[in-house]
Amino acid sequence: MSVRHGGFAPSRALLAACAAPAVAFFAAFWLLPVALLLALPARQGWATYFTALTNTRYLQSLLQTLGLSLVVTLATLVLGALVGITLARQRFPGRQLLLSLLTLPLSFPGVIVGFFLILLGGRQGVVADLTEAAGWGRVTFAYGLAGLFLAYLYFSLPRAIGTYTAAARAMDAALEEAARSLGASRWRVARDVWIPQLQATTVACGAIVFATAMGAFGTAFTLSAKFEVLPITIYNEFTNYANFALAASLSITLGLITWLVLWVSRRVA
Amino acid sequence: MRNARQAPWALVALTALVALFMVAPIALSVMAGLVNNYSVGLRSGLTLRWVGEVWENYGNTVGWSLVLALLCVAGNLVIGVPCAYALARSRSRAARLFEELLTLPVAVPGLASALALILAYGTLAGFRQSFAFILVGHMVFTLPFMVRTVASAFQKDELLSLEEAARSLGASFAQRFLGVLVPAVLPAIVAGSLMVFTLSVGEFNLTWMLHTPLTRTLPVGLADSYASMRIEIGSAYTLVFLIVILPVLWGLQAVGTFIEKHHGT
Amino acid sequence: MELERTRVDVVQCAKTYADGTRGLQPTDLTVEPGEVLALLGPSGCGKTTLLRLIAGLEAPDAGSRIAFGGTDVTHLPIEQRGIGMVFQHYALFPQMTVEANIGYGLKIRGVAEAEHRRVVGELIDLVRLTGLEKRRPAELSGGQRQRVALARAVAVRPRVLLLDEPLTALDAKLKESLRDELAELLRRLHITAIHVTHDQQEALAIADRLAVMQAGRIVQVGDGETLYRTPTHPFVAAFLGRVNRLALSDGGLHLGGLDMSGLNCAPGTTGLLVRPEDVEVAAPAPGWGLGSVERRSFLGDRVQLTLAIQGHAPLVADVPRDHPARTGETVGIRIARDRLMPLTETAP
Repeated sequence: MSVRHGGFAPSRALLAACAAPAVAFFAAFWLLPVALLLALPARQGWATYFTALTNTRYLQSLLQTLGLSLVVTLATLVLGALVGITLARQRFPGRQLLLSLLTLPLSFPGVIVGFFLILLGGRQGVVADLTEAAGWGRVTFAYGLAGLFLAYLYFSLPRAIGTYTAAARAMDAALEEAARSLGASRWRVARDVWIPQLQATTVACGAIVFATAMGAFGTAFTLSAKFEVLPITIYNEFTNYANFALAASLSITLGLITWLVLWVSRRVA
Repeated sequence: MRNARQAPWALVALTALVALFMVAPIALSVMAGLVNNYSVGLRSGLTLRWVGEVWENYGNTVGWSLVLALLCVAGNLVIGVPCAYALARSRSRAARLFEELLTLPVAVPGLASALALILAYGTLAGFRQSFAFILVGHMVFTLPFMVRTVASAFQKDELLSLEEAARSLGASFAQRFLGVLVPAVLPAIVAGSLMVFTLSVGEFNLTWMLHTPLTRTLPVGLADSYASMRIEIGSAYTLVFLIVILPVLWGLQAVGTFIEKHHGT
Repeated sequence: MELERTRVDVVQCAKTYADGTRGLQPTDLTVEPGEVLALLGPSGCGKTTLLRLIAGLEAPDAGSRIAFGGTDVTHLPIEQRGIGMVFQHYALFPQMTVEANIGYGLKIRGVAEAEHRRVVGELIDLVRLTGLEKRRPAELSGGQRQRVALARAVAVRPRVLLLDEPLTALDAKLKESLRDELAELLRRLHITAIHVTHDQQEALAIADRLAVMQAGRIVQVGDGETLYRTPTHPFVAAFLGRVNRLALSDGGLHLGGLDMSGLNCAPGTTGLLVRPEDVEVAAPAPGWGLGSVERRSFLGDRVQLTLAIQGHAPLVADVPRDHPARTGETVGIRIARDRLMPLTETAP
């Protein structure tokens, strides 16, 4: 029953004054610049907006980024869910410490993750030492697609683990108990009770992981990956070729796709 | 006998594997930053000379990153908290529109936001080459987090009653905003500040585009060292990052838990 | 603590919400100085709307007028009306101690330190919270929180005290003991108070007069006993206590053999009402009606009988605890003429 609106609620002028500094700041330093960015490609002709789709080189970069992000998202969701739920339900000493260690990488810049992959799978990497000792020669994977994938997985998993652990804790135990009292096996409980309850979480988490992967720059930058992703392409166009309009066009495409995915995930929720 | 609530061994093994994957590089990096020679490994002995070299070459980036993060939090508090209040109380379409707009900087890749900033203000040499430029980039990226966190706290029903109670006792807007409302949403404010601080210290995508050789933050320095320095220095620098950020993260988390416990809501 | 006694006048106050719904029809109400008036009714009847209009939390429609002791306050917001308000869930400031909560209004007004401490101390004694001054609301029980809310509202010497369902958030047993405490406290303060509730027991216990509301208007105003004995509207009769509906035929009542004619009902009377406690139940006797006991419920202080009557809807009768009637028995029924209440099905 809403008896709350009308009359002597805080006046519009007051609310506007509260929001004004933030609105002004945001308008000046984001809305206006982005508007300028949106208009930039037009200087080189309307076709510039579609460069990502028309030029094979950029199209390949875009598709590679999309493909990588999708695969990473799926892997992250599956692994994150399994690990998150396990951790939520398994009590052992040091669990809290492990959880904070696992979610620590959320605060890392992407470049650190790239560096970690080099430590693991680079020319002087641990894996190379191990494979050499096993007689298979020095195996390096950091600079190829495998390394990039693992690096993306590394910075995506903390978010999924954190989210699923919290969601698993919030799951209604009574539903599971009811299912078990009716004779459901562990597998059926997972399928009929957990998965529906975690649906909303999965969609939201998946969208964020996907968006982060699409826009990730630092990791690929540190790894100098031969598998070119769109943010690197944009960076190269801007820095090496001073092609501002093209960089803007590619950025717009990237931003549009990312925003669309997030928007759809919010509608579905 | 494992009861049905406990996870099957396969899952436990998987969890252990993933945990190893996530934690091993951190340990590895810490070790690599402290040994004399990485290719030789621990047998070459431990030393602090790499950390010392990092401090010499990149020491100022640590200070600048911390200062930027603190200013970012302060700025977000000053403009973000009142804005969150306005959005929580306002029923107008303009408010809803602004809320939608605020979700954009998160959706758009940092690279694009940086390009936009350079496009708009790159010609103002003084601004472009100062830390203020980077601060602006950080604030634009972190403002949505602060506003969203605090706004949802302001919308709780109990807060509406608290505000009416303060008004019934004669409090003016300033009195009840600072004396009643802000203390009541303090946990959300602390959580938002923690998020903003972490995001700012670790921010790279935006900062890399906006920086100049004279305005470098910690992540920018890290990228530089990974590219041009030996692995021991890169590791030592990563270790410095961990030493800087971990206590702060844990400290802020402890503050947050403390306030929640003694807050009484 | 002596407080000012102010008269409250509400003249033609109405409230229409932004989406078009009418929360309150044009209403008139007068609250005498020092009187406790209860606004009683089911949810959605407009009682909270009326309270919030008097408080100044909502603005009334044009043409409305609200006055405190003769001064027009219609266009003043709540901060300037000098009222005290106790909220349904108390709205105690969670990070302030009991002392700080009670003294908040005084702090806002910049009252001197010595005076501040004196008033707060006096109130803490008045509401019997001595020893709990430094506690936070989270550390208090429901009853204690309610007392803090009351003390806080009264500390600033309001002209009018407004209470929005103050006992609703408490469990049944606590409600009863606090109800009496609250009634006693309000009487001691002699302050003009308006109290909103949906619980008729609460209203009867606490208030001097009741205003029963339904669908956005006041149906009847009066003291509890008058409203209970002589309700002017079936809604009031049904809301304050329970009633049975009796069918009228040719100006008389026929109840399983009990014939009461010549009742001289006013024109427009469509039926009669009688309260369960006014239905006499005994062994069948000449001149009495007949009925059979369908169900017998033992309610502790009384027994409730559901009586099936030939040619009529079942009647509910309340009888003393030791009444011999058992389920399935045939019993005699009688009703005294002066206990019958007329039912006129006209719109309020």
